[in-house]
Amino acid sequence: MLRAGVVAVQGDVSEHADAIERAARLHGEDVEIVEIRQSGLVPDCDLLLLPGGESTTISRLLHSEGIAAEIRAHVDAGKPVLATCAGLIVASTDAKDARVDPLGILDVTVDRNAFGRQKDSFEAPLDVDGLAEPFPAVFIRAPLIDDAGDVAVLARWDGDPVAVRDGPVVGTSFHPELTDDVRIHRLAFFASSEAPAEAE
Amino acid sequence: MPEETDLEDLKRGTDLVKRGFAQMQKGGVIMDVVTPEQARIAEDAGAVAVMSLEAVPADIRKRGGVARMADPASVEEIIDEVSIPVMGKARIGHHTEAQILEAVGVDMIDESEVLTPADDAYHIDKREFTSPFVCGARNLGEALRRIDEGAAMIRTKGEAGTGDVNQAVTHQRAIKGAIRQLSGMNHEEREKWAREHEAPADLVHETAEMERLPVVNFAAGGIATPADAALMMHHGCDGIFVGSGIFGAEDPVSMGNAIVNAVNNWDDPETLAEIASNIGKGMKGQSNSDMSDDEKLQGRGV
Repeated sequence: MLRAGVVAVQGDVSEHADAIERAARLHGEDVEIVEIRQSGLVPDCDLLLLPGGESTTISRLLHSEGIAAEIRAHVDAGKPVLATCAGLIVASTDAKDARVDPLGILDVTVDRNAFGRQKDSFEAPLDVDGLAEPFPAVFIRAPLIDDAGDVAVLARWDGDPVAVRDGPVVGTSFHPELTDDVRIHRLAFFASSEAPAEAE
Repeated sequence: MPEETDLEDLKRGTDLVKRGFAQMQKGGVIMDVVTPEQARIAEDAGAVAVMSLEAVPADIRKRGGVARMADPASVEEIIDEVSIPVMGKARIGHHTEAQILEAVGVDMIDESEVLTPADDAYHIDKREFTSPFVCGARNLGEALRRIDEGAAMIRTKGEAGTGDVNQAVTHQRAIKGAIRQLSGMNHEEREKWAREHEAPADLVHETAEMERLPVVNFAAGGIATPADAALMMHHGCDGIFVGSGIFGAEDPVSMGNAIVNAVNNWDDPETLAEIASNIGKGMKGQSNSDMSDDEKLQGRGV
């Protein structure tokens, strides 16, 4: 039984919980979802998810609830993390904004709301390294990675990185939890995004 | 390295993108603000978004007269001040106010009964807009009609500007209770329910099968304390709007922080006791049971 922690201080938690459960099923894994709103739960988790939401709110609560240091220890132990949109901002080394105190678990510098306001938000098919077919990516007031450090770039939008891997941590500017496609969750948590193909 | 993606395939303003914005607000507190200074206090307190308006509902009540969209220049000042999303209120049925708010760049439009309705028969056709809308509802029929018109988020109407949570509870119980009832019905009973409640049948079936609204469901109208906010989470809301409750309180900074913390710890009474301690007095308020139907805003736009 895998314990999957979904950081739940704010954001779209249930969507990610569903995606993790579906991804685990495709790999024949039993998974228990743990919603993390207080400290003391992260140390027992095998994998962690930082969801989309508002990065200022999530950052503030991760620190005030004492969860931030536990997430850093999780990454130091080499255990996987998927961080999406606001989660990517919170995971970065620098959000270039005093209103967010990032965790520094993903070696990138990000630009918050680089795509503009909500009316500029969009969905589009996106080619992602390791996926055979384009991924239906949903960008909502999304951040852009403007300086990727020592990380593998998995996808670019208009030349800029929007999905990266830094050791056990995968970060995306877009929201892989908003459609039924769980290939990004599989890529982040179960190493493979495709096999076993017949289970799709 | 993957190939460049074709930028021509990009789509804006789809249901997925509009409802997705609302999903990112879940577990959060959206605070009413009138000035850029208030917006800054709200952001620092941990608000997920601010609602920019000309006066908070309690003041709109006191003042009387026609309540309209805020001055676009003041909405723009608030947009420039904060990094979190900014929402704006348009009158029910006022297509043009909504267009102006979208042009200014608000992230979500609240078609709100707090303002004086512009149209007695129709709501805004929200499908025509790129921006997502939130609408109020007192029961499931109203909620599904608004979703059918294109609303990406539903909030309880409650009774805005009163600081009395009574009506928000009533409306949330009505919505949740009706969904539980529908889930136990067969196809033909749901069809009959749809006809009786003037709700689109396809949305009735979808809601019954999902056992929840197909869009995000916030609480609004009369929430004034951390305990009120936690109560609405207990009733199954996805998040909270606080109108007059923050800046009508004795100490808005403490009250704002406390309400954000209460939403994260809504199911932990011991932590709530700490959160609710020494934060100053809440807004004075006005009991809903003393009000005549004429004084209530919730009957606007059904």
